Amino acid sequence: MNLLVLPVMIPLITALLLLFCQKNRRLAQIVSTIGAFSLPAVGLLILSRVHEEGIQVIHMGSWQAPFGITLVADYLSALMLSVCGLVGAAVAVFALKEDMNLSREGVFFPLLHALLMGVNGSFLAGDMFNLYVWFEVMLISSFVLLSLGKTNAQLLASIKYVALNLVSSAIFLTGLGLLYGKTGTLNMADLAVQLQNTESTVLLTSTALFFLVAFSIKAACFPFFFWLPPAYPAAPAPIAAIFSGLLTKVGVYALFRTFTLIFNQDTAIFQPILYWMAILTMVTGVLGAVAQMDIKKILSYHIISQIGYMIIGLALATKLALAGAIFYLVHHIVVKTNLFLLAGAIEKSGGTNDLKKLGGYYKGYPLLAVMFLVPALSLAGIPPLSGFFSKLFLIRASLENGDMFMAFMALAVGVFTLISMTKIWMEAFWKKGVGENERRPAKIKRLDLTVTMPIAVLAVVTVVIGFSAGHVFHFAELAAEQLIAPQMYIDAVMGGNAR
Amino acid sequence: MNSYLIRMTVPWLCPFLLVMSIWILLRGHNAPGGGFIGGLVAAAAIAFWCFARGVEDAKRWMRVSPLHLMIAGVSTALISGLMPMFAGKPMLTALWHKVEVPLLGKLPLGTPILFDIGVFFAVVGVTTSILFSLEEFELWNRSGPS
Repeated sequence: MNLLVLPVMIPLITALLLLFCQKNRRLAQIVSTIGAFSLPAVGLLILSRVHEEGIQVIHMGSWQAPFGITLVADYLSALMLSVCGLVGAAVAVFALKEDMNLSREGVFFPLLHALLMGVNGSFLAGDMFNLYVWFEVMLISSFVLLSLGKTNAQLLASIKYVALNLVSSAIFLTGLGLLYGKTGTLNMADLAVQLQNTESTVLLTSTALFFLVAFSIKAACFPFFFWLPPAYPAAPAPIAAIFSGLLTKVGVYALFRTFTLIFNQDTAIFQPILYWMAILTMVTGVLGAVAQMDIKKILSYHIISQIGYMIIGLALATKLALAGAIFYLVHHIVVKTNLFLLAGAIEKSGGTNDLKKLGGYYKGYPLLAVMFLVPALSLAGIPPLSGFFSKLFLIRASLENGDMFMAFMALAVGVFTLISMTKIWMEAFWKKGVGENERRPAKIKRLDLTVTMPIAVLAVVTVVIGFSAGHVFHFAELAAEQLIAPQMYIDAVMGGNAR
Repeated sequence: MNSYLIRMTVPWLCPFLLVMSIWILLRGHNAPGGGFIGGLVAAAAIAFWCFARGVEDAKRWMRVSPLHLMIAGVSTALISGLMPMFAGKPMLTALWHKVEVPLLGKLPLGTPILFDIGVFFAVVGVTTSILFSLEEFELWNRSGPS
């Protein structure tokens, strides 16, 4: 049962060990890699345990819920832990040979693991206040990581990022205060029980709105996404990759958790809000990307539009829609991190991310071109890659609901995504590079194996998810079943203590 | 704060503050107090020294660097949390052990006190490292980069 502690403890111990071996770069690399690679292993172990024995719960310090701190892992948590662990390991390897300047103060790797600790903790938290604490752990590490390089662009982006996230935390905390004042508990399962038969729907709705806004800011949903496009491109490649893969997705996870478990009574009020939020997030994100000429900026806008797809699942709130959204979450984390790693690799070899200056990669560096093609086509939803199936399930869910408009929007946004990806392809890969002619391909710096390997592995994972979509979707369906019927979660956490 | 009086009293006052911080730390198990508040009091002692006699002198007086205190503190708290796991209990469960100490009689020693001590050092480390950075920034602002 102590298994659930490991996703939080391994990064913490790794970060501490890394602080001890700051002087010895070689040793630090080894420790960081071991720590990072044990995360996906533990994630899969938890997933298999959940599969065999049902929802896993641990009460810290043997204090039973609703009084103690509870860590809970259901299918959704376990899936997220596994995927995020995988992505974290890829980024940890990618960052091994990163510019010394980044880790000058020896804090890059410890902070990376602290960030992973916060992310994993958020997935496991069975208590709203703990969720808040893990969010803060994650955010504080991300604040420092974002401003590590100390360039002007980075500091400017950090200020926006920090300010908006602090606002979001304050709103989150206000919501927590209201909730605690109303029910006298913050344990998620206990809250679900308490709120099931509450009369004061007004207070409930207002509290839920606080959480909706707070998590939407973190997830970069429609009216609150403006912090994201300046922030991510400013960060160095590995940091941008881990941010793009994990941070906003934790917000999405929190939305899923709270709005299926705690605020599920009056979805009628939130469904229209979530519905329009999903559509507008998709559309604004994808339209924002069209105007950009920088690879990382294009990808950042696409994060926003993809978040919209995931919110569709929550807005429709049927089993198929939720399963589709969870599948999308898994697919998106892998693909998006991979694309940001690729953007980093292009920047490393070509010196820039500006599409106007890039070119000639198709001839000059065919390996990179192939590796770009996989996640890019997957993002746009070309079969048989993972992105196709994730869109397929969501569109089918909206059609089953008789919602042609939503299905149409999802398809249209997919087309625009393809346009953006083709733009990167044409400009960076097909266009003639500087000094390129018929006989001599453009000169492009070769990359280290530590850079190309994680990209290749994540590309393979994308293909595997695509080809074994049935298996992955089966797990997503199981996760959706648990979300739809929160009683399982409540029983697992509360045991016989339900008041 | 350039006052001769304060500069001269600080070496007498700060040890008292430190002793008091330890007292607060130890009484924290059942009464108000504990590692966090104790740590803040200890950090206040160091802050006092720092304001009266400057950053460099305060660093010399502390002997260990704030970062090391921080690492040691978090590690101690972590170990106290992990210990019950080896006894097959959920993490952070309190383990107690009665120890015979001369003069004091039987003392119950447990992992919660170890956890509190860890918190104590972590708080001292974090607070002083923030304080020193701010003070150094002040100096840097006043005199320009050296």
